[in-house]
Amino acid sequence: MQMFEAIMLSVIAASTPLLLAAAGELVTERSGVLNLGLEGMMIMGAACAFAGTCLSSSVIVGALCGVLAGVAMSAIFAIFTLGLAVNQVASGLALTILGTGLSGLIGAGFVGQRITPAPQLHLPVLTDLPLVGRILFGQDAFVYLSVALVIGIWLFLYRSRAGLVLRAVGDNHTSAHALGYPVLKIRALAVLFGGGCAGLAGAFLPLAYTPFFIPGMTAGRGWIALALVVFASWRPGRLVAGAYLFGAVSILQLHAQALGLGIPSQLMSSLPYLATVIVLVLISRTRGIAGSAAPASLGVVFVPDR
Amino acid sequence: MPLVLERRSERSATIAIASPLIAIALTLATMAVLFAILGKNPVEALDVYFLEPLTDPYSLGEIAVKATPLVMIAIGLSLCYIANIWNIGAEGQFLVGAVAGSWLAVRTNGTDAGLWVLPAMLLLGALGGALYALIPAICKVRFGASEILTSLMLVYVANFGLDYLVRGPWRDPHGMNFPTTAEFDPVATVPTLIEGGRLHAGAIVTLLVVMAATVLLGRTIMGFEIRLVGAAPKAARFSGFNADKLTLFTFAVSGALAGLAGIIEVAGPVGHLQPDISPGYGFTAIIVAFLGRLNPVGILIAGLFLALTFIGGENAEIAIKVPLDLTKVFQGILLFYVLACDSMIIYRIRFIRTLRKPAHANV
Amino acid sequence: MKKWNIIAMAAVLAIATATFGGSYAAEKLKIGFIYTGPIGDLGWSYQHDVGRKAMEKALAGKVETTYLENVPEGPDAERSIEQLARTGHKLIFTTSFGFMDPTLKVANKYPNVFFEHATGFKRAKNVATYAARFYEGRYIQGQIAAKISKTGVIGYIVSFPIPEVISNINATMLGAQSVNPNMKVKIIWVNSWFDPGKEADAAKALIDQGVDVLTQHTDSPAAMQIAEQRGIHAFGQSSNMIKFGPKAQLTADTDYWGDYYTKRAQAVLDGKWASGDTWGGLDSGMVVMAPYTNMPDDVKKMAMDTQAAVTSGALHPFKCPITDQDGKTVECKGGDHLDPGQILSMNFYVKGVDDKIPGK
Repeated sequence: MQMFEAIMLSVIAASTPLLLAAAGELVTERSGVLNLGLEGMMIMGAACAFAGTCLSSSVIVGALCGVLAGVAMSAIFAIFTLGLAVNQVASGLALTILGTGLSGLIGAGFVGQRITPAPQLHLPVLTDLPLVGRILFGQDAFVYLSVALVIGIWLFLYRSRAGLVLRAVGDNHTSAHALGYPVLKIRALAVLFGGGCAGLAGAFLPLAYTPFFIPGMTAGRGWIALALVVFASWRPGRLVAGAYLFGAVSILQLHAQALGLGIPSQLMSSLPYLATVIVLVLISRTRGIAGSAAPASLGVVFVPDR
Repeated sequence: MPLVLERRSERSATIAIASPLIAIALTLATMAVLFAILGKNPVEALDVYFLEPLTDPYSLGEIAVKATPLVMIAIGLSLCYIANIWNIGAEGQFLVGAVAGSWLAVRTNGTDAGLWVLPAMLLLGALGGALYALIPAICKVRFGASEILTSLMLVYVANFGLDYLVRGPWRDPHGMNFPTTAEFDPVATVPTLIEGGRLHAGAIVTLLVVMAATVLLGRTIMGFEIRLVGAAPKAARFSGFNADKLTLFTFAVSGALAGLAGIIEVAGPVGHLQPDISPGYGFTAIIVAFLGRLNPVGILIAGLFLALTFIGGENAEIAIKVPLDLTKVFQGILLFYVLACDSMIIYRIRFIRTLRKPAHANV
Repeated sequence: MKKWNIIAMAAVLAIATATFGGSYAAEKLKIGFIYTGPIGDLGWSYQHDVGRKAMEKALAGKVETTYLENVPEGPDAERSIEQLARTGHKLIFTTSFGFMDPTLKVANKYPNVFFEHATGFKRAKNVATYAARFYEGRYIQGQIAAKISKTGVIGYIVSFPIPEVISNINATMLGAQSVNPNMKVKIIWVNSWFDPGKEADAAKALIDQGVDVLTQHTDSPAAMQIAEQRGIHAFGQSSNMIKFGPKAQLTADTDYWGDYYTKRAQAVLDGKWASGDTWGGLDSGMVVMAPYTNMPDDVKKMAMDTQAAVTSGALHPFKCPITDQDGKTVECKGGDHLDPGQILSMNFYVKGVDDKIPGK
């Protein structure tokens, strides 16, 4: 069915930035750090990626600029929360505000410019397969990267020594420190990784999704990505399901409107957010009131004693 | 690492007093550098931003108008944050309060109702905000769901709800079908204090709230409980204080204050209900709460200061053509510096000359 | 001693020049503009800025302009408008409906400053209103769409159900129905004037549902880009979006405010400014159709003929009789066509639109 394929393509495009950002944040939170500054890092990624592409005429250079912007922003966050033991919630919010403002300043000079968007894959026979051809073999690099990223994160967390250490740090930083693991260094690396992913997610928007830059073009996706990590119970596999679910809800509400289903558009627009609340309640319930699946040290300030 | 963070044996009193001043000085220095990068004269820019708005009564009045909702919401938030309860949904509670109070205004519009309307509206606004805030509170207490995310998601829902009401059922029948309610009757409007200005009675309510919060935190059992739960949660539990009840209480109070700020803003400066009634007050109030170090008087000062930067930013846009985004950059930097300086009250930075490796590092 | 004398003289000279030199320079008229969106939206606010720049050029040396962008349509707007009034701006343009009450409040306090409010309906001695008859362009677009579309369905991406948007939808449909009485429309409300991501998603959804001509009443070129990507046709909105859809754009319903702004500024300079309402269309050049592209010659000819007819007044897009969705004939208050009041407060769909107005 042509329509199925078309809808799936839209859903995948809408879900990719969510998946990229949430994947990075998952690693950060698994190490015990709560970075609420996703929205700020993403929009900085978008602004710098677009600026980079405009100046170099290359999407790859632009994407790299976006990643670096995300890493730089998260570095600020790391210095304050890990280096100076500052409250993580407040720092994350400060990062969001700073990022939003800075991205406006940087991007202002590039609004209105056109770029050639990221190319999409085209394999001779495979892409033209009916129904699944373009879905599986006709996407742009960001989509494939997002899937590879999640697989890579899963392997890292559950099949590698380093991943085990990271999870230990997130679950009990005092014990990890006693065992001699460099808790702050591990967390810093996790935060920087999360920043890079957020920057990449932001870069996707002006480089592939809607090929121009507008201030504020992330439109709250960073916050949804945060919710996604909790929705996924901090597990990479569930993250993919969650991201595509959210992407689907936001696309399908538009289709429902076009079909003239007569439901108020505001109700449809608020569905993804309501869905998040309901899901959060449901999954927290199954864990019991005593605890959740969160890393036990999430958000707790850690200062190694000497 | 040659630089390490070390806990002080006791809180540093000097830094506790000097911290906000150091933070502001650092921020001004950073901003001067930013202005220079943008090609503007730093001294002139800082003057337009911070000093000029203080020189004439109109701007001073506007600062108070802008600070009123910020301080009111921030006081409520500070009660939550002291107890490590993270209400991020004040924006949504603001909107729901505005809607709840406006319902009465729309209902009695044109019916020559008495002076009871405005107080009733304010009460409804506070009630609406409180009830809306209880949703994430109950989700946390009953189901263990993160209040950060639930309260945040509900902001979007509140936004869409308001949008639906002013475009549909509550739309002014004589307003050419534009999305706004009818202009509120005089009995449903918050009175202004100065002829010709916009300073309104909401400012007085805010000051009362500041005083009430100071009393609550300093002199009541509830206030003591809030502070204890934040500082030493285990000790609080052993003392028999109920963490769940506290969560519900602080969320309800902060929701009520946010809702009250909402209806005052709508019944005051705006004058009717429309889709756009808040430029993000609920989120800016979070900054104000932290800037004020979760202390009622500190929040009052911080709110006025932040309002000053908003007004200064708008003036700068006209006078020296500086983009409005710079105000956000300033606020973000200020918050970072304040948090860092506050951290220096409890910790100090030491320069370690010899690196000591931990006893065994079997990595 | 001598060195200090020279320095002292130089200082006195500098101060004197600064104090008195300024008053000898010609006093430029300061004009302020308030935009609700970014000028980079390449749509509504962008066009107003184009008009501002045109006016600056036409009256070079006599005017000095200031603009504020991204001013939200709430209580903060009043402060921004008042700030412009307080800092010596004598003519202020507020370019969105939501600035209506703030403009009037400030105008009340500054009777010597002139205000021009776009798309509003409240006036005062020093407040004029102005708007463009976009619906004229929509009628032409409707006709083109009916000729070009093979599926017989137009895709319409809209923001909010205000009368201007509704009347534009109706004008498009009436134009389309004049060529193909069975033309249909699918409407998606994105609840924002400016949200490129949502607009792009809406465009994709409409195309996936079988639409092959797109039009919009939102501010970004996102939908045009999607149309170009998917190989269908679309109409630009507010500004010429051919850059974003070289093969997709048929035409665009562009606003041109430059002449109006120049006229009004000149009136202030001449001391002849007076309040009133201006509703310009194709005839006064406030609405300009982008060049007709990507269509067969006979369609182009039809469009140009219709454009001429509307411009001359021979054809009115809302000529009676008009039947609404429920089959009732709409009362005709303007003779043989709807009068401006009816169009400005339009709150019904014409027959043939299967959607329901949200919130009704």
